[in-house]
Amino acid sequence: MLEKALTGSRRYWIWIFALLAITGIGFIFYLKQLSYGLGITGMSRDVSWGLYIGQFTFLVGVAASAVMVVLPYYLHNYKVFGKITILGEFLAVPSVVMCMLFIFADMGQPMRFMNIFLHPTPNSVMFWDAMVLGGYLLLNIVVGWAVLGAERKDVPPPNWVKPFIYLSIAWAPSIHIVTAFLYSGLPGRDFWLTAIMAVRFLASAFASGPSLIIILCLIVRRFTKFDPGREAIQALGKIVTYTMILNVLFLGFEFFTAFYSRIPGHMHTFEYLYYGIEGYGRLIPLMWTSAILAVFSLILLINPATRRNEKTLAMASAAVFMSLWIEKGFGLVVGGFIPNPFEKITEYWPTMPETVITIGVWAIGFLILTVLYKIAVSVREETVGIEVDR
Amino acid sequence: MSISRREFLKIAGASAIFGLGGMAIINEITDDIEASQFSPGPDALIAKRWAMVVDMRKFKTEEDYRKIIEACHSIHNVPDFGNPKDEIKWIWTDTFEHAFPGQEHEYMEEKLKRMPFVLLCNHCDNPPCVRVCPTKATFKRKDGIVMMDQHRCIGCRFCMAACPFGARSFNWRDPRGKDDKGRPFIKEENKEYPTRTKGVVEKCTLCFERLAKGLKPACVEASNGALIFGDLKEPNSEVRKVLSTNYTIRRKAELGTMPSVFYIIG
Repeated sequence: MLEKALTGSRRYWIWIFALLAITGIGFIFYLKQLSYGLGITGMSRDVSWGLYIGQFTFLVGVAASAVMVVLPYYLHNYKVFGKITILGEFLAVPSVVMCMLFIFADMGQPMRFMNIFLHPTPNSVMFWDAMVLGGYLLLNIVVGWAVLGAERKDVPPPNWVKPFIYLSIAWAPSIHIVTAFLYSGLPGRDFWLTAIMAVRFLASAFASGPSLIIILCLIVRRFTKFDPGREAIQALGKIVTYTMILNVLFLGFEFFTAFYSRIPGHMHTFEYLYYGIEGYGRLIPLMWTSAILAVFSLILLINPATRRNEKTLAMASAAVFMSLWIEKGFGLVVGGFIPNPFEKITEYWPTMPETVITIGVWAIGFLILTVLYKIAVSVREETVGIEVDR
Repeated sequence: MSISRREFLKIAGASAIFGLGGMAIINEITDDIEASQFSPGPDALIAKRWAMVVDMRKFKTEEDYRKIIEACHSIHNVPDFGNPKDEIKWIWTDTFEHAFPGQEHEYMEEKLKRMPFVLLCNHCDNPPCVRVCPTKATFKRKDGIVMMDQHRCIGCRFCMAACPFGARSFNWRDPRGKDDKGRPFIKEENKEYPTRTKGVVEKCTLCFERLAKGLKPACVEASNGALIFGDLKEPNSEVRKVLSTNYTIRRKAELGTMPSVFYIIG
């Protein structure tokens, strides 16, 4: 089926080459980082994880959210999602690849990557994260490919693939729960040391991922002959609405615990992020942008008229995605280090090379996404009007 | 002799399974071996549980602090990058409020508040850094020393996020390199101790290499009795005597990591 990615319109090739060019620039900067070391980034002794790990954390959520379209379809036989499950599965693949690339970019000694597998360490959450991420990537490639291949031949997917589909449904939340455990099990980091970290992660994942799928569905419909269906997009809109409400509520719970208890350590990071402390407040504009976008998206999502209108739904989805990208891809990880465990403040801001490398990884993600979607859409365009009972 | 493709696959599959299994067994065996670049000599100092007491009463002048930091950093080739962003430190000082956050109050004696406290890796009984390391690059020896294998470290910095004492430093750039003006980051290299590469985490290892030769840690030797070092499990040891006759506190005891560095405040 890969050959379907090799034929396309002029616009398709311009897009592909633009992404390749950005990837190339990112790679040049990565080579620079390899020779100089991670000192090329804005990270320091006090803020030892930054943009890379933030992106990883956010994208694990996007990857996990594929389950939001796969689960209703396979477990509840929700036929409307039949057309878009492949879009969910094929979104998971580039997301996990990006996660892995960001981890790779963040490693001081990337050549020693295999040490994680050569010296398996069951007491390290990171070992489990590597395991579940790798497994999830394989599951989505296998399931997506098998289902699409069957669809192309107008036959139901082979029976052997069913167990893998059910496994992937159970597997998806695990990748995000394990990622949350990276943070929520650390002593001395009060901002992360919260039992609702995992559910917060799931809520934000199941809001940001489907909001991206909505946007991708609208793009696919606009530029190809494949229509994911209005009803499917509306159903995704409802999922985003409920999960975004939960996400905002959970953040509110964190505020309550911190500020009603008045335990200084639990308040400090929130103060730093939203008001600034001791004159430090580099992230304030970002965090308030995130908060405003969250409120704005909720107004559009909760109001049925604006949720039903695809234009305003698209705006709401973009707002959700941006809001959560800031909150999780930046504030959550960086905030956990500020103030540090001795109540000292070292601020963090990504440097130019760090940003270019990050954009480069996103470009690789979009490249894989484009190729996979091109294949999926081409198959779909061939079988337009034919509904196969899967 | 010819084999069919099917047979070949069978053999290949079986070898892969046995190969992996064999590797796991070897890993299990090697796990029990005490990793050390220095095998202990006949005079080696041995303890069941090493610990240190910092007697803050004995620190009078800036020179007292400088001496111990210098002693440690010079023999261990700790680089000086000249900026806080890339900083690497094994032993350093900070004020009471930063050393013992949450324990300070506004009516404290001004002298105590301003006093620089000697800080280093706490060599916890229950070290979070060891728990989170995905490659066992950081591990705890049987005598309680939390060690670092810089050849195994992948530079993920999970241990830095996990350590509540900020005892770990990362080589953000090449410590063997030079600054813009051509001055090396390691002023005078001690050839008897390895330098590190960029991209790995490092920390105080209680001078395990000196203990193997029968010497006390460099900071203890340079401290003129202000740092007391010994076996916590030995009832007659000097640390035990000091601990039983003085009121001591530990950093962030509430986190349950069980630090083995104790402080006599005054």
